Amino acid sequence: MNQIKKIMGFIWMLIAPVVIFFLINGAVQNIGHGTKDINKPIPWIIIISIFTPICIGLMIFGFYAVKGEYKRD
Amino acid sequence: MAEVSTKGIGKVIFSSSLGTLIEWYDFYIFGMLAKTIASQFFPEGNDTAALLSTLAIFAAGFLVRPFGALVFGRLGDLVGRKYTFLLTLVLMGGSTFLIGLVPSYKSIGIAAPLLVLLLRLIQGLALGGEYGGAATYVAEHSPAHRRGYFTAWIQTTATLGLFVALGVIMLVKNSMSDASFAAEWGGWRYPFWISILLVGVSIYIRLKMSESPLYAALKHEGKTSVNPLKESFGNKANFKMVLLALFGAVMGQGVIWYTGQFYAQSFLENTCKLDFMQSREILLWAIAFATPFFLFFGWLSDKIGRKWIMLIGMLLGVVFYRPIFKTFLEDTNAKEWVADRVIIPKKAKDTKSTIEDLRKNDSLFVILKTESIYTYKENSFLEKRNDTTIFIGNATLYPPLSALGKNVDAISFEKKDLKPSYIDITLSNALKWKFTFLVWLMIIFVTMAYGPIAAFLVELFPTKIRYTSMSLPYHIGNGVFGGLVPFIATLLSTTFATDPLVGLWYPIGVAALCFVIGSLYLSNGFTQSKEEG
Repeated sequence: MNQIKKIMGFIWMLIAPVVIFFLINGAVQNIGHGTKDINKPIPWIIIISIFTPICIGLMIFGFYAVKGEYKRD
Repeated sequence: MAEVSTKGIGKVIFSSSLGTLIEWYDFYIFGMLAKTIASQFFPEGNDTAALLSTLAIFAAGFLVRPFGALVFGRLGDLVGRKYTFLLTLVLMGGSTFLIGLVPSYKSIGIAAPLLVLLLRLIQGLALGGEYGGAATYVAEHSPAHRRGYFTAWIQTTATLGLFVALGVIMLVKNSMSDASFAAEWGGWRYPFWISILLVGVSIYIRLKMSESPLYAALKHEGKTSVNPLKESFGNKANFKMVLLALFGAVMGQGVIWYTGQFYAQSFLENTCKLDFMQSREILLWAIAFATPFFLFFGWLSDKIGRKWIMLIGMLLGVVFYRPIFKTFLEDTNAKEWVADRVIIPKKAKDTKSTIEDLRKNDSLFVILKTESIYTYKENSFLEKRNDTTIFIGNATLYPPLSALGKNVDAISFEKKDLKPSYIDITLSNALKWKFTFLVWLMIIFVTMAYGPIAAFLVELFPTKIRYTSMSLPYHIGNGVFGGLVPFIATLLSTTFATDPLVGLWYPIGVAALCFVIGSLYLSNGFTQSKEEG
């Protein structure tokens, strides 16, 4: 189980940049192309600025997992 | 550490839960009255007002709540739980009451949306500080083996706050005409004014309570934290637990909470076009029947552990969301009812028709607007048609076409059968209860994921930095991951327009990820905080 936890840590580290990429891509695709909230820049600025530290947190979580910080004896 | 006595625990739970319930009530009424508030404070066509409106919606939910968790969490660990969550209550109640007093945009111009934005941000800040304080306060009055059950009372408040907000708005709305409700100083302000009475009572009760015994003992021994933020997030041993709490429990719980209650309601109203009052009635019944299960799962978590109850709640959401929402769509498919050709007009007087005509260049547009109420197997719905006939050429309606004689050949026309819309669907009694059951089921998933989580979070962190450490992941999980459900659902449904259920992939994905992380890394044992070791 401890080995699986370590291996999965790499996946958590990978998910974080993928999420940021999709958010930035979503912002580029949607801003200015309509009248809904998803077409306004402010929600995207707020969401990307708050999700970036969360994604960094997920990377750190993955890093800790890889390092075996969550292993149980 | 000595076992905590349960003497007076009823008072502790009541005073904490009442205040937290009122804070949720205050936070929700703004969202539920968003349309009326927008028309009063954020008029269409004004770019600055539109920007302030967007900020009021997004900044209050996403940015300010976690920030409030840090500010008040730190304060709660420095000066104590009691005075901190008294302060959050005063801020929340005061700002809610004041929103109800702000004159409209028509009266004071741009100052109106600016004031509302400022008050809404204070609401978000206060909410960020309230929950952690109440949960910590109750948990620190509870013996370890009953912590799940006692803190579950706090967990009922978010849902009960929604219940009270829905109920108060429905009562006010039913007691007056739509025009009186939506007027500048109309009924929509009453729920805001009511808040000050509720807050007054709650402050009075809370003032009489004493500080949490665990915190008081810590303070007496001079062992409180000097820098709770640094100790919570700068200390690796604690920070890794903050991350685990967020990614292994709270982020999944947040999306389950929002999908089961808010997204379900918005889906029934906006996608299924259910009648406003009936959709709220369904939600009210579902909440009333489901709320006791918060206590049940809190109690159960004291017996069998917290982990699997929370994670199974998430897994059930992952598995059943799409079938449940698909049923909602199929059972309200008015287009199919019309195609069945067994619909009947409810009453002759229930059909209203008006004709408008307008001229553009050499063409005459004749628009026949028809609104008819139909019934189909005891369900009723309103059909709205805008059938347009365009007469091309030098045409006129008066005199009628037949009187034009030979010239009629010179006029060509085309008919546009614009797609009718079907709204205000009122379900039969049987279907109403079926929908109530399905919403109830989704709230049961909420009770599983949310019921034990206060005890779970409290037990992850030591007393001296508990308020700070648990508040931040809680408000990121609920405010950010949960609060984004409608935004990302809209994003997905705009990108993949053919699937009306595509918006569900966001909560399903987040809950599934959280389930995997939680299953792997969380412990099902009772994580005793260090000093209780």
